[in-house]
Amino acid sequence: MKKAQNLVAIVSMLVLVCCGALLLNQKVSAAGEGKITGNVKFEGAAPHMRGIDMSKDPYCVKATSANPAHMETTLVGSSGGLENVVLYIDGWSGDATVEKNVPIFDQKNCMYVPHVLPLDVNQTFKVTTSDNTAHNIHPLPNPMVNVGWNQSQPPGAPPIEKSWKNPEAIRVQCNIHPWMQGWFVVVKGPYAVSDSSGNYTINNVPPGSYTVKAWHEPDQTQTQKVTVSAGQAATASFSFK
Amino acid sequence: MRTGLQKWMLAVGAAAFFMLPLTSRAQLTTLDIASRDNMQSHVAGHTGHVDDGKDDYHRYCEGCHGDMGDGNGEVAQWLQPPMWPKPRNFQLGVFKCRSTPTGTLPTDDDLFDAITRGFDRSAMPIWSVFTKYQLANLVAYVKHFSPRFVSEKPGTPITIPPEPEVTPERIKNGREVFNRVQCWKCHGVQGMANGPSASTLQDDLGFPIAPFNFTDGTRPKCGDTDQDIYRIFMTGLDGTPMPSFADNIKPDEAWDLVFYLRTLMKQPSKAKEIAKTLNLKPVNPNP
Ligand code: HEC
Ligand code: HEC
Repeated sequence: MKKAQNLVAIVSMLVLVCCGALLLNQKVSAAGEGKITGNVKFEGAAPHMRGIDMSKDPYCVKATSANPAHMETTLVGSSGGLENVVLYIDGWSGDATVEKNVPIFDQKNCMYVPHVLPLDVNQTFKVTTSDNTAHNIHPLPNPMVNVGWNQSQPPGAPPIEKSWKNPEAIRVQCNIHPWMQGWFVVVKGPYAVSDSSGNYTINNVPPGSYTVKAWHEPDQTQTQKVTVSAGQAATASFSFK
Repeated sequence: MRTGLQKWMLAVGAAAFFMLPLTSRAQLTTLDIASRDNMQSHVAGHTGHVDDGKDDYHRYCEGCHGDMGDGNGEVAQWLQPPMWPKPRNFQLGVFKCRSTPTGTLPTDDDLFDAITRGFDRSAMPIWSVFTKYQLANLVAYVKHFSPRFVSEKPGTPITIPPEPEVTPERIKNGREVFNRVQCWKCHGVQGMANGPSASTLQDDLGFPIAPFNFTDGTRPKCGDTDQDIYRIFMTGLDGTPMPSFADNIKPDEAWDLVFYLRTLMKQPSKAKEIAKTLNLKPVNPNP
């Protein structure tokens, strides 16, 4: 009887210690942080991004006359790299809101710059306008997940500061210029977005084993497992179709 | 040994647990909604209770807003936007007529007023037959469908300064504001709902929606006093393309804009008389 109780006690201690070790493993101090880097490719012929008819608003037509605007749903670089893929750590259990800079989401030449803005949960961002025409900025989250809003930004409008409470890929649109469609991709923990060659680097990743998730609009995702060692870069490359 | 009842409860519990992540995105379960049965409202000098609003809701509102408040009552299928907007989905907690900033919950008073007022250009009737106590209970009932009313407080109502005297200068300035912030993009230069962006407007659920036509004599949905109109463009109609202009129109200018909008509207008003005498007309901002 007594023996059995001892055994139970020992086993529970072991379980506790193991769990503790696992948790700590992901929260090692910032000093020895590593990173995750890689490339995102598009497989096959790049889809045609059709031009945008902005004739609804003469200002937009003029603003883009030298550099005609086109859709930005699948942007493939010359080497086959896929742009605007958001890379982050699935199931991040480290510190809350590790990304502390205040990124800008600008309305410029009747398009969103950037087209895809990744954000940490509760990270502050600014919506600005560089245009001399009125926009309304209208994110469309799932109301069960995040709270939406709709604000006008006429020429010269002051920036709007906002943040999102929960992870979600949120489509954002301008009702005045219906071709203006972009994304706030809200994730937990550190993130990166692929550049025009498809390259990315997620910085500030404490050593540990992780699942990297890659998101491309509207709702494609892929995952890969990586192990990050102190001060080192782990690689994970992805390929979308 | 577990009793039959215990086993049954476990099974239901487990099923509910595993279904939650699936349903929470699209639609709430009766279980989840029932967990908010103690929701209250405090309005018109009464405390409203869910239990006391239940019978009236199911008799008078369910046909459109649905048994579960998801806007999918029997009648909903016959309502075709943009002529006939779909009944509100109360589970989402997103409301058009608020005294509170965009992205915040309405106050109990806002919901009370919306129900009493009814919605012009929609199937939503005017509910003036109820007592204030019945209405307070209905407000509690409407709120209990959405988890937002538990996790968040209503926004702080915007402050509306006292209405100044209408003058020709104010009307002219209001016309400038209308052009500067570009209300005409949707509403049209004359306010006839025919701006360049009018034809492609959609609400948050993807249904076509028309901007308000100031000239045809219909009433704004969120009230037709001068204060109501002030509130409409300063808070926006959440769930629709109509944005909030709170950051871009100063309180004093906002009154000027109200006066100018009055000159576009068919209803008689002092502003309209002044505009008529002085021949103040809309100015096309597009060369
Ligand atoms: C014949 C159909 C119908 C019935 C019956 C009906 N409604 Fe509605 N209701 C609507 C429609 C349609 C809308 C949306 C109108 C719009 O968006 O323009 C609406 C909107 C609402 C809103 C939203 C207010 C806002 O600011 O967004 C509330 C609250 C509401 N109804 C409460 C009720 C209550 C309470 C009852 C019963 C006493 C009721 N309704 C009965 C059709 C109905
Ligand atoms: C992006 C397009 C857009 C812009 C810009 C816009 N509106 Fe609207 N507005 C709408 C739509 C759509 C509706 C109809 C909403 C509904 O019926 O639910 C509306 C409705 C209204 C209403 C009636 C609301 C009610 O209760 O029925 C008023 C008043 C109004 N707008 C005033 C303005 C003013 C003033 C401006 C400029 C300061 C403006 N709007 C700019 C799209 C717009």
